[in-house]
Amino acid sequence: MAHFTKATSIKDWLNQRLAIETVERVMMSEYWIPKNINFLWAMGMVLVITFALLLVSGIFLLMYYQPHVDTAFYSVNYTIMREVDFGWLWRHVHGVAASVVFLIIYIHMFTGIYYGSYKKGREMIWVSGMLLFVAFSAEAFSGYMLPWGQMSYWAGMVITNLFSGGSLHADGLVEWIRGDYVPAQAFLTRFFMLHVLLIPLAIIGLIGLHFGALRIPHVNNQDGEEIDFDKEAKKYLAGDKAGSKVMRFANDFMSKDMMVVGIYLIFFFYLVFWNYGFAMDAVNFDPADGLKTPAHIYPEWYFLWSYEILRPFSVDIGLVAFGFAQVIFVLLPWLDRSPNTVPANRRGLFAIWFWVMLINLIVLTAMGKLPPEGMFSQIGFVSAIVFIVQWLMLPFITMFEKKV
Amino acid sequence: MENNSRRGFMGKAFGAVAAVGAIGSLFAMKKSWDPLPSVRSAGFTTLDLSVYKENELITEKWRGKPIFVLKKTADMVASQTESQKARDIEVNGSHYMIAIGLCTHLGCIPAYNASNKGFLCACHGGQFDFAGDVTKVPPPRGFDIPPFKIEGNTLVLGEAGPEYTKMKESGVTL
Repeated sequence: MAHFTKATSIKDWLNQRLAIETVERVMMSEYWIPKNINFLWAMGMVLVITFALLLVSGIFLLMYYQPHVDTAFYSVNYTIMREVDFGWLWRHVHGVAASVVFLIIYIHMFTGIYYGSYKKGREMIWVSGMLLFVAFSAEAFSGYMLPWGQMSYWAGMVITNLFSGGSLHADGLVEWIRGDYVPAQAFLTRFFMLHVLLIPLAIIGLIGLHFGALRIPHVNNQDGEEIDFDKEAKKYLAGDKAGSKVMRFANDFMSKDMMVVGIYLIFFFYLVFWNYGFAMDAVNFDPADGLKTPAHIYPEWYFLWSYEILRPFSVDIGLVAFGFAQVIFVLLPWLDRSPNTVPANRRGLFAIWFWVMLINLIVLTAMGKLPPEGMFSQIGFVSAIVFIVQWLMLPFITMFEKKV
Repeated sequence: MENNSRRGFMGKAFGAVAAVGAIGSLFAMKKSWDPLPSVRSAGFTTLDLSVYKENELITEKWRGKPIFVLKKTADMVASQTESQKARDIEVNGSHYMIAIGLCTHLGCIPAYNASNKGFLCACHGGQFDFAGDVTKVPPPRGFDIPPFKIEGNTLVLGEAGPEYTKMKESGVTL
């Protein structure tokens, strides 16, 4: 039976009831991080901080936002932007963070691909990370509906139309998702619910899973070296801090992490105060009008590459290619047949594969923004084919990779 | 041993109760997302066809979508090809082009030019003739025709009459 003694301090009182010292040791001071890392290992913390910024700014926006087709646009563009003191701050923080979070996610993802951090027990980190990417995408899309401007409306129309499955003409499914024949009140309120409750809950759960998945295989390092964490931790605790290959998560690793976060936040608030325009599409400052289509309907920059894979093909092939692009990254740990867990530049053909993939995604992003005419649509077409062929080639080029 | 089988039974009994509950909840959740009766009943639009003027495009609204109504002139009717005739809607001796006013390419709304009797979509340059057929790609097909039913001199959109069913079966519209 649990035995409690008279507490000698508040800490002791809590310790007897919540074992806070054990929790601190397990989660912080004896959670071991390799020393052989660089600033790219701070992106996880940068993402946590960005998510916190989204949550806090979202809470303040939620207090004045009205999810109704007649008032939503003005509650954002008039009430929040002009009447609420510092309302503009919450909106610009929310908008900029929603955009920048994807930049960091992409950096985080490609860091993982470059260093092979999805292999040898780290598969679940990769899978849960990709699920987070999907959840963030859904969160970004549902949030984009809420100001109920022209781009909200027409993006909602186009994206929900994807669910008709091209020639399948599953219009019933599309109407079920919308709760109407076109995006209207039912659509706005249900996407509001998804944006402020269901998807954030899923994201928080997935973040827990993502961190949990990291626990047993531990963080990767710059050389993909397999470290005996127990042995190195013993060495560290015995006093040989310099000789050990690991350090404490807190405060050692955290102090460097937060240094990167500090630099990031300066960049972030520079954008919020002086350059928020990139996150605020001009077309979305017109109220939604179902009888007037904007000349070009394009998504935010972070969806452009997959949009460009959809666009150059006929409807059905485009949808198949788009579906392929959405799920294929999840399968990376199994499509990469090589046992090597080292940086891409030491892996021969895979190095070329990595850089072509990265550059091609940037090309697809650029082409997705441009109108689909003339040369641009041909470049887009070739890039989309290159993307698909690269993934189909991956198992073969990695199968014959030399062991390093 | 006896305990184990009792526990096994209790586990199965709970599983059965939970499964019924889960199926019931999923059913209720699915139904809650369906379009409301008020939305469904607003899905019908009645047009009085006696008010339209020849060669003047009027845009009506049905289920939130623009509906083009164009009363054809005698010249237009006389010049119609077979495929244009297949799309023709005749009510009380007058001929109409009635269609969903969205380009079948990416859903922009084309503009009508009364002097050259055709539609031009500003988004990607698609063109349609006065009967709603494509005359210039990228649109993959002519304007879609909404379900309609002729009742005297009025037209009910949202309900499929025999004329519409015929068009749908012959593949004139989707």
